[in-house]
Amino acid sequence: MSEVTTPTTSDRGFFGEGNYPSIFGWIFSTDHKRIGLLYFWSVTAFFCVGVLLGLLLRLELFAPGETIMGPQTYNAAFTLHGVIMIFLFIIPGIPAAFGNLIMPIQIGARDVSFPKLNLFSWWLYITGALLAVTSLFTGGGPPDTGWTFYVPFSAQTSTNVSLAAIAVFVLGFSSILTGLNFVTTIHRLRTTGMTWMRIPLFTWSLYATAWIQILATPVIGITVALLFAERVLGTGLFDPAQGGDPIMFQHLFWIYSHPAVYIMVLPGMGVISDIIPVFSRKPAFGYKAIVVSSIAIAFAGSLVWAHHMYTSGMSDMAVMIFSFLTFIVAIPSAIKVFNWLATLYEGSILLDPPLLYALAFILLFTIGGLSGLVLGAAAADVHVHDTYFVVGHFHFVMFGGTGMAFFAAMHYWLPKIYGRMYDKTVATVAWGVIMVGFLILYISMKVVGMMGMPRRYYDYVPEFTGLNQLATVGSWILGIGLVLMFVNIIRGLFWGDPVENNPWGGASLEWQIPSPPPTENFGEEDPVVTHGPYDFKKAGIL
Amino acid sequence: MSGHVHKDYTGAKFGMWLFLFTEVLLFGGLFILYAVYLARYPQEFISAGKELNVWFGGGNTLVLLTSSLFVAISITALRRGKKSLCLRLLGGTIACAAIFMINKYFEWSAKISHGIYPGSEHLKELQPGEMVFFNIYYLTTGLHGLHVIIGALIIGWAMILIKSDRINANDFVILENAGLYWHLVDLIWIFVFPLYYLILH
Amino acid sequence: MSEEHAHIVPYKTFAIVWIGLLILTGVTIGVAQYDLGPLNVWVALGIATLKAGLVVAVFMHMKYESWLFKISLFATLAILATFIGLTFVDVLYR
Repeated sequence: MSEVTTPTTSDRGFFGEGNYPSIFGWIFSTDHKRIGLLYFWSVTAFFCVGVLLGLLLRLELFAPGETIMGPQTYNAAFTLHGVIMIFLFIIPGIPAAFGNLIMPIQIGARDVSFPKLNLFSWWLYITGALLAVTSLFTGGGPPDTGWTFYVPFSAQTSTNVSLAAIAVFVLGFSSILTGLNFVTTIHRLRTTGMTWMRIPLFTWSLYATAWIQILATPVIGITVALLFAERVLGTGLFDPAQGGDPIMFQHLFWIYSHPAVYIMVLPGMGVISDIIPVFSRKPAFGYKAIVVSSIAIAFAGSLVWAHHMYTSGMSDMAVMIFSFLTFIVAIPSAIKVFNWLATLYEGSILLDPPLLYALAFILLFTIGGLSGLVLGAAAADVHVHDTYFVVGHFHFVMFGGTGMAFFAAMHYWLPKIYGRMYDKTVATVAWGVIMVGFLILYISMKVVGMMGMPRRYYDYVPEFTGLNQLATVGSWILGIGLVLMFVNIIRGLFWGDPVENNPWGGASLEWQIPSPPPTENFGEEDPVVTHGPYDFKKAGIL
Repeated sequence: MSGHVHKDYTGAKFGMWLFLFTEVLLFGGLFILYAVYLARYPQEFISAGKELNVWFGGGNTLVLLTSSLFVAISITALRRGKKSLCLRLLGGTIACAAIFMINKYFEWSAKISHGIYPGSEHLKELQPGEMVFFNIYYLTTGLHGLHVIIGALIIGWAMILIKSDRINANDFVILENAGLYWHLVDLIWIFVFPLYYLILH
Repeated sequence: MSEEHAHIVPYKTFAIVWIGLLILTGVTIGVAQYDLGPLNVWVALGIATLKAGLVVAVFMHMKYESWLFKISLFATLAILATFIGLTFVDVLYR
């Protein structure tokens, strides 16, 4: 058993007195756990806003023609839905919330390398979010360009793209600083005995993600800065009338935004990699392969961006090369799926909510990933580009993938953080409702997309009505499931039965300390690690 | 409360280097555009490039190289206990920054008075490749100039901390990191100078 | 736990590097006056890379840092080169 001393502190651990009174003890805290919770509640709030927008979009699409909003409002709604979900929920979600809450504990550290920078990251996140919200009500109103802000429309539209561009820049900065903090922390603050090959797979995934955050995010920074310059200064780097090339905007945009999807999914995969062994009571199968595949995904994911641009007018040579590279990046993801399944195989399965969401991830991400191959194959893509097939694909991987992983992390780690357990039966029912709603909603999208319905269109031909109505009904079921899940979680965290250190029987360090964790994470002495994170025998679980 | 707050010198430096990498990629986006448009408009880049004044560009190069020397030496000075020499050198760095920005002011003023600036009427009369050249010139040197100002402010802040001994011969990583940032500003210009001022053929 | 700081770089080393940088600046200006065709850009970039290398290695102390710093820098530059290179797969073949 690794040696972990526990301090004699109050039952409420790090929830006790902060360094400032009441709320200021939270919003000015440099404790990674408080910052993690600040992030958790912020991203969850924005997720709910994004869900509401999604439900409104689906309501509008219930019938052809105008249903509840006009076309301008519709364009703004899907733009906002995308911007909020991507920049305010999915990208920061798991790393900033659960990474902050759990990662330092997993490596045996007291905090991250730069705690004040960590707090600053959250303030930047809030600033960026407020700027984005302000763009709804100022300038020419909410942007209507789609979250991808393509020129020439984004350079010419009178909506407040300029402020939204600033917001994205600020949010990117927040992401960069988090990545920088995490890489340094994982290199420098691992405790005695925490060798690289004993680091839990969740932390490994955060490490790979953090490198992408550092190396890719600046490119979206310069891209939105250039868009701002195009609008405000009249520079014409993307304007053919001034010798510019609009496709160059797309290149710069996707050079970040494709790696961004790996920022989104790698931490999710890390959550799954940590959960599966615990609920199979088996060490992770192929630990090294999962580590290597994480780095491989981070690297290969930076080589494929122009698969978003097959129909843009770029050269045939580029189309072929990027298509080829895209097939390669599927391989390390598949390796992970095989390893997860091999871990489950002949394991002693505990069908608790964290595992249910982890299994959902595996199923839905696989389906989404396979549809990604259809999109990655250039010839097939020509048929489905900019249709609902794409929308279905990315919701399968981002919502069915990262979203489910976020819910899995909630059900897995929040009891540790709050020291209380939710109702597992209600959680299971909520999961079931979510799964049913999800599948109805997004399978319908894939089918109607394959039939030819374009995305981002306010209206559609009558032949598509049935599937759209089915999708909308699916969205209602999904919405009900989400409400059930969140109400159950919140009830459990604040009023549920108290839990001890290790409600799930995990072997990594976070399960050896009290729930909630003490402010200093560990006792007087730093922990000394003597076994791997899934060595249930040595940890005394088996 | 366990006193586990040891300073991590290597970690602090590593964190700064990671931040510099983000700056490399930020300017990298502009270099990607430059490369693409140079390949597309080789002749116009030459003809437009000849409009830039190599004395301004070269002069500014020497100024920045010297400013980098000053900040590098200032660290050695501090570590050898020469606090006032260190402060004078850092003052010299800031002076170099000021000279750089003054040069830039004159350079830009000259161009602007000739009607060459983003969105100008005169610019629209030029060849497409020349328009691109000047647009990207202003954006790149403008972003760089912003970093010169930020760098000078950071150096100034380091000077304040040195004065109060918060930065000293035993704990000087903040000065090193400020220096790293300044060297980055120098590095970017090392590439900007030949690419914008020396493409003559 | 106190860490060992890196060794102190002598004034002279910095001065020599600075002179080298000035010389290289002169060289790059000089070479630019001649028409080497497409080679001009590559020579200019080569000299700039040399200058940058001196600044990074000596002024920025990279020569004395651990392998972690060196590999990270290499990775950054490699990724930037990759971005440029793959973009050219489009631009060159339009």
